[in-house]
Amino acid sequence: MAGSRGRGRSQFTFNVDALGFGRGDSLPTSAQTPSPLFPPMQFRPVPLQTGEEVDYMLALKQELRASSKNLPFHIKAARTKTDVARYSDKYQNGELKNNCIEWSPDWSRMPKELCIKVRKPRKTGAKPQLKQKPKVAAKKEEVLQKLETLEKREEEQHSEEEEDEEKKKQNDEEEGPDADEDYDEEEIEDETDYIMSYFDNGEDFGADSDDNMDEAVY
Amino acid sequence: MTAQEVRLCGLLLQEHFGNVVEKVGTHLIRSGVLTLRALAHETKLPLDLVKKSLCVLVQHGMCTFGAGRRGPAGPVEYRINCEHIFHMLRYPRYIYTAKSLYGDTGELIVEEILQRGQMTMSSTVKTVADRLTHNMPEGQSMDYSEVVSAFSQLVETHFLQRCPPLASAGSSSSGAVDTPLPFATQPTEPESNPDCYKLPYINLTGQGKRRRSSEGGEAEQRAAKKARTDNSECGDDGIYWQVNFQRFHLHFRDQAIISAVSCKLDQTSSEIVRTMLRMSEVTTPAHAAFTQALSANEIFRALQSSYNIARPNLDQYLSLLVDDPMEFVGKTGDSGGGMYVVNLHRALANLARATLESVVQERFGSRSARIFRLLLRKRHLEQKQVEDFAMIPAKEAKDMLYTLLSENLVQLQEIPKTPDYAPSRTFYLYTVNQLPTARLLLQHCYKTVCNLIERRLYETKENKRLLEKSQRIEAILASLQATGAEAAQLTESLRHHINKLDSSENQVDETIFLLESYINSTKTSR
Repeated sequence: MAGSRGRGRSQFTFNVDALGFGRGDSLPTSAQTPSPLFPPMQFRPVPLQTGEEVDYMLALKQELRASSKNLPFHIKAARTKTDVARYSDKYQNGELKNNCIEWSPDWSRMPKELCIKVRKPRKTGAKPQLKQKPKVAAKKEEVLQKLETLEKREEEQHSEEEEDEEKKKQNDEEEGPDADEDYDEEEIEDETDYIMSYFDNGEDFGADSDDNMDEAVY
Repeated sequence: MTAQEVRLCGLLLQEHFGNVVEKVGTHLIRSGVLTLRALAHETKLPLDLVKKSLCVLVQHGMCTFGAGRRGPAGPVEYRINCEHIFHMLRYPRYIYTAKSLYGDTGELIVEEILQRGQMTMSSTVKTVADRLTHNMPEGQSMDYSEVVSAFSQLVETHFLQRCPPLASAGSSSSGAVDTPLPFATQPTEPESNPDCYKLPYINLTGQGKRRRSSEGGEAEQRAAKKARTDNSECGDDGIYWQVNFQRFHLHFRDQAIISAVSCKLDQTSSEIVRTMLRMSEVTTPAHAAFTQALSANEIFRALQSSYNIARPNLDQYLSLLVDDPMEFVGKTGDSGGGMYVVNLHRALANLARATLESVVQERFGSRSARIFRLLLRKRHLEQKQVEDFAMIPAKEAKDMLYTLLSENLVQLQEIPKTPDYAPSRTFYLYTVNQLPTARLLLQHCYKTVCNLIERRLYETKENKRLLEKSQRIEAILASLQATGAEAAQLTESLRHHINKLDSSENQVDETIFLLESYINSTKTSR
């Protein structure tokens, strides 16, 4: 091995000329920059396929893309309120809420922890109005009756006035939201430019949230 | 998951389901398996949004869940199924196939189920009937029974299948799944369910309803919600159907083989191969290397009489097919006039090889393609031998070889004479390995589709700005006609570009399908 090293030193198994440079020459310069973003092509690409089938599939693809944006599976994050809470939020922002899902999956096929409130569609203005007006009226009547009976029974005591005041406060509070509801309904009935069917009056707000978090904390 | 695959998944999710699902999905792909809380924490999204996204992904079968590392008592872990996301690229092809096989009704059924992930039979029938009625002239409506029959046909030929029931030991079906089995033991194969293709008995009669366009969106919502709540009345509550992608893929594979035969040989041979494939559709398992053996007598009987092939001609065609170097058909015996099989895996390998050769030819020229084909056939060659066999002058051959080497399409194999790998005493052989090269090309395809999608998004965004600008200019200038024409031209050229990009995506997807099938076939045969 050592002896033949001198003799066979510059013999390669392949033709050295095939390498492209001779002995002692400097290696070709290496590229210092990354390859260009749009490298020049040696040959033009083959034209696309054409035909009825191709056109139909193209139309299908574009249709699918457009329609998938309208499906409830297309999830958009609800806009966070950036500055002051505005009056119009009540009418405009009822649409998107993070805590409700717009379609109703089969919850028996999903893990329990994913269960969130399904967004119920708002019924048309006529129905709730009919239901709530008599309700509101009934509530008011009940409250007035209660007031009267209480006044009759507890005329003598001190605390009675306080109770009355408390009751009145409660009644006011009860009337407050009632009046608000009433007010809202009336507002809704009147012609506004806002689409009322999207209004969610927040009755079932807070029903969910983090009460599913009773699983193991680790 | 390679970087390109993750990028493609992200783009597809964003296109169909929006940014939120994209963020959740990409993060889950990168991390592998995660629990809900970990996912919400790491993506910094509100918990509710994460829940909604996971619901969407589970509904479409792209995400699976199971008990995690801590066993059934611990939190549920989620994992993304990337192949399912890639299938979204191929939705138009599935729908078009259903249309060609089962008409408009079949097309709409498959489209509905693809868009919604899983559906019950009754809701599908109602929705499709309504859609068909909408397109019919006034006064006519689509009967439910026709849609039901189309649905049954799709199930019988296994294009639709039942969603696998969740295997939770002993939990009642009324409650939500809270103790799922761990991933390893959960039967993920829908075919393991014996009722996989059994149609439920549903009590559904009626006709599609025509939607009045004046009622608008609210009526649609109400009708849609009503249809969903009526499910329980029809008797197939809880039985969901999904598209059987594997069956569609087998169909595409058969189509590819038949068209290859018709290109290479002639129409009659392709008809013979089509008959053979149709006869063995039901009996051949999905990953089989070749179909069941069919005798020439059987093939002759099954051939459609319209082709008018006499028996001796059939024998000649079959022997031609067997002798062809592409090896589509093989002869396995002599009983019954000769037993023939279609070599599925070999056909796929040859189709993939043809794709590779075609790619090299289009990118580097026909002489480089000659070198590439030479190396595929002769396996290992020295540089001198390459020049001799390819009949290309030394300088150019060297150049081409080095270009192919730098693109990683050709590899260098060193065979040392001595243990010290001295260059003077080592043989350097050029070689091409089909499988790794196919994988490389598949990654290039994924990258191509990503680039196409991004370019299309960029073009749409650009045009939005341009359109807005042109609208503002219109408002300022009085000369509406001039700017109107410009805007129209702009939109025309933009539409043309976007169509081209979309078409390219579809075409690249065909190549992706072929390469994926080939790579999967090599996996199973090992």
